Amino acid sequence: MRTDELVAMLSANVEPVERGLVGRAIAIAVSAGAVIALGLMFVGLGVRADITTTRAVIFLLLKVAFALVVVGVAVRYLTRLARPGAQQGISPFTIVLPFAVIALLGAINLGNTPSAHWNSMILGDEWLECLLSIPIIAIVPFAVTIFAVRRAAPTNLVRAGAVAGLIAGGLSAMAYAVHCTTDSLPFVAVWYGATIVLCTLAGAALGPRLLRW
Amino acid sequence: MTTAETELKALMVASLGGDAASYRLLLDRLSGRLRAYFKGKLARFGRGATEAEDLVQEVLLAIHLKRHTYDTGEPLTPWVHTIARYKLIDYLRRTRTAANVPLNEESEVLAHDDNAGAESSHDIRKLLGQLPEKVRCSIECVKLEGRSVAEAAQRCGISESGVKINIHRGLRSLAAFISRETKIENG
Repeated sequence: MRTDELVAMLSANVEPVERGLVGRAIAIAVSAGAVIALGLMFVGLGVRADITTTRAVIFLLLKVAFALVVVGVAVRYLTRLARPGAQQGISPFTIVLPFAVIALLGAINLGNTPSAHWNSMILGDEWLECLLSIPIIAIVPFAVTIFAVRRAAPTNLVRAGAVAGLIAGGLSAMAYAVHCTTDSLPFVAVWYGATIVLCTLAGAALGPRLLRW
Repeated sequence: MTTAETELKALMVASLGGDAASYRLLLDRLSGRLRAYFKGKLARFGRGATEAEDLVQEVLLAIHLKRHTYDTGEPLTPWVHTIARYKLIDYLRRTRTAANVPLNEESEVLAHDDNAGAESSHDIRKLLGQLPEKVRCSIECVKLEGRSVAEAAQRCGISESGVKINIHRGLRSLAAFISRETKIENG
């Protein structure tokens, strides 16, 4: 095939292209992922029983806020990764910030508490449930996010996969927070942080296979 | 910003608005630049001109299928360069040669080679023959014979939106065929 034939073919009757499709597709996918994660939590785990107490509400909001900041920053970065050569948008460094803040808060909290309590503050009663639930709930939001990124043009597949995993982990952590009754900052920093990082690593490993185009 | 960037970007913006003449000119200019870029790169791996042309066509198809990912608020050259580099690395990996392509060479993608009649190893009629009937009919009418979408819809016996979907799907399959073909031939 001659290249000028291909050029003629591609340009014949070319359709106008809608603006902002990449950002919109990712936003829709992440919103859908959030709804799916919350749905799975309601059906599989249920809302925490003490939801009417003030303390429960404060900690619930704190955990959800942490997860949403993680997701929000990651979505902005993913929108940049999905477009070849994009220069606008945030730097990858910003992604680490919410984790650093929650780790710092957790450390301050531990520092103000006698070390005899540290064990229960870090492990809580449900670290294993947290460790298992967040990655499992993250699977479908991950698939939906990957689907949206595939329609764009990521060129760093490991990084795009990792950020898709990070978003899925964050959405899942947000949903799990509605169920989780361990109200301690060190617990959130260690177990929410670790499971989200786990999802990120899984995404990085799967990225090159799932996102190639 | 260079004059080439300014000119190509203006053509791209017009193309995204549906201006076929600008789009044709843009793809024509880009294919010359891509040809020079790939010839230079492939020469380092002892590869020939036909392989460069395979890559030029693969990247033109990629540019077409992914043109919605270009943000008009950004310069065009890095967008084209990133796609070209991605496809080059993918090609070298596919054909089992160690990929070692340095970064920061955006100016090279604006090199020149105007051999528009250059041929790749792909036979488009043969590739089209592998597509489903309605998909092939849509592409032949609109993209090869230059008929309108409405005419194509009548000829192929499907709706107008069906024609558009089929064209997109067909071009995507063509891009997939092309990358698979190069794998079989050289792998």
